[in-house]
Amino acid sequence: MTRILADRAARLLDFLWSGWAGLAALALLFACWQAGHETWGDFILPDPLATLGATWSLAISSESRGLLLLTAQRALAGFTLAAFSGAVIGIIAGYAPAVMRLARPLLTVVLGVPPIAWIVLTMMWFGTSGATVAATILISATPVVFVAAAEGIASRDRGLGTMAEVFRYGALGRFWFIDLRQAAAPLFPALALALGTSFKVAVMAEMLANAGGVGGALARARAMLDVPQALAWVVLAVIALVVVEYGLIRPMQAEIEGWRRAAQPWGVKK
Amino acid sequence: MSAALELHRIGHAYFGQSVLNSIDLQIAPGEVVALVGPSGSGKSTLAHIAAGLVEPREGRVTPGYARHAMIFQEPRLLPWATAAQNIGFALRRAKLPRRLRPARVAEAARLAELEPQDLAKYPVELSGGMRQRVAIARALAVRPDFIFFDEPFTALDVALKRRMQDLVIAAAEEAQFAALFITHDLVEALRIAHRIAVLDLRGRGIAGLRILPGDPGARDEATTFALRQRFLTEDPLFRHIHDVDERRRP
Repeated sequence: MTRILADRAARLLDFLWSGWAGLAALALLFACWQAGHETWGDFILPDPLATLGATWSLAISSESRGLLLLTAQRALAGFTLAAFSGAVIGIIAGYAPAVMRLARPLLTVVLGVPPIAWIVLTMMWFGTSGATVAATILISATPVVFVAAAEGIASRDRGLGTMAEVFRYGALGRFWFIDLRQAAAPLFPALALALGTSFKVAVMAEMLANAGGVGGALARARAMLDVPQALAWVVLAVIALVVVEYGLIRPMQAEIEGWRRAAQPWGVKK
Repeated sequence: MSAALELHRIGHAYFGQSVLNSIDLQIAPGEVVALVGPSGSGKSTLAHIAAGLVEPREGRVTPGYARHAMIFQEPRLLPWATAAQNIGFALRRAKLPRRLRPARVAEAARLAELEPQDLAKYPVELSGGMRQRVAIARALAVRPDFIFFDEPFTALDVALKRRMQDLVIAAAEEAQFAALFITHDLVEALRIAHRIAVLDLRGRGIAGLRILPGDPGARDEATTFALRQRFLTEDPLFRHIHDVDERRRP
């Protein structure tokens, strides 16, 4: 137990230490932002510090936090639906080539339709409610998860399944201990992508459908030409996405895919 | 004494092309039988049928053993599990209480001559030979009374292959399991087995059987070499074991 806790703590510290690279990238972004501000002026691009100040003001306001929470809830609800349905159908398609052959052209059609078109359609179907946001996310994010799950299962190492069969693992055991683990490799990056899509689509759908949340607040900022306020909402939405991604998806991925670190030349040597 | 494994008139076909026909073979408890034959003669298919992984088109497999294991040509280790977890993977379905598993893993690792510090490593951190040792330990962990070896050392270099063969000889002596050892290497068969069965060039039955003198562990280099020379130059049974042209196979 102590060894497991020490291992987790070491991985967490390692992750935090790797944050220097992220901070360096952020510093570069802020430098470019500041340069843009000095070139184009305050109206087009407010300076980063003013934006951070506006973000802080929003963050400490309970009303703003409520809006952010609403958007995050909608995005997560849509993401959960998309992740679950995409993974289930993808896994079935991975095992059944006939389902895969049927699904491929459908996916091409679905992926070819821009999310904004889905927003218009779902607005007409569900009105200006949270269901519009969730349905748009479901349609936009499911294909990514589906393809990853299907590819993960279809390209699995079947030799491992045969090995498990020798040691008396039934179909369910082989699925749980072997196939699902192999599908996890392509699935996690797809889930991170789907989560990002969920937040983007949620804000967009809220804005167009006038359904409140961060999208609604952005629409108000646009109407009042309040650029710092609009940028502050964008920053808050990105922070919410980062919190969910690094609080939920990445720890799960680190837990399941931790062995890959051992393959890196600087990896964990025991 | 009843057989540890009995194959009765086994026949199989892939896409309408017959690969095995009328295979009869009996293996006694504690006996290691090497099945030799040219590449593409259906040796691996027969091992998979005997292990219950492939349903034969004809014939009957009668296992007389309680628990089997298999060692494949590739180690087939779970890349996300450490060596110890890979060995323990076989124990999940062996109905062994969880608290007894670490001791069983350690015992199997000892038989496979794995160093304790290697048990915490992932397969990607191990060399080819070490991975095959883990695969052997995984098979031994369930304390099988029958092991199927499907050309397990083909991909290894000569020195490593010999060490692995010695390992199997020692483990068979200690654990007293019976085995069907598939190989196309006659010297390997002569070192490891009690008996050699030669598969027909076209998979039409077992062409013949030869009982080898003495126990595998007691056979010295000179005896092995002499047997090889005699079989290849004087015994018509072994005349064609290197002859096949796989391009002509279905």
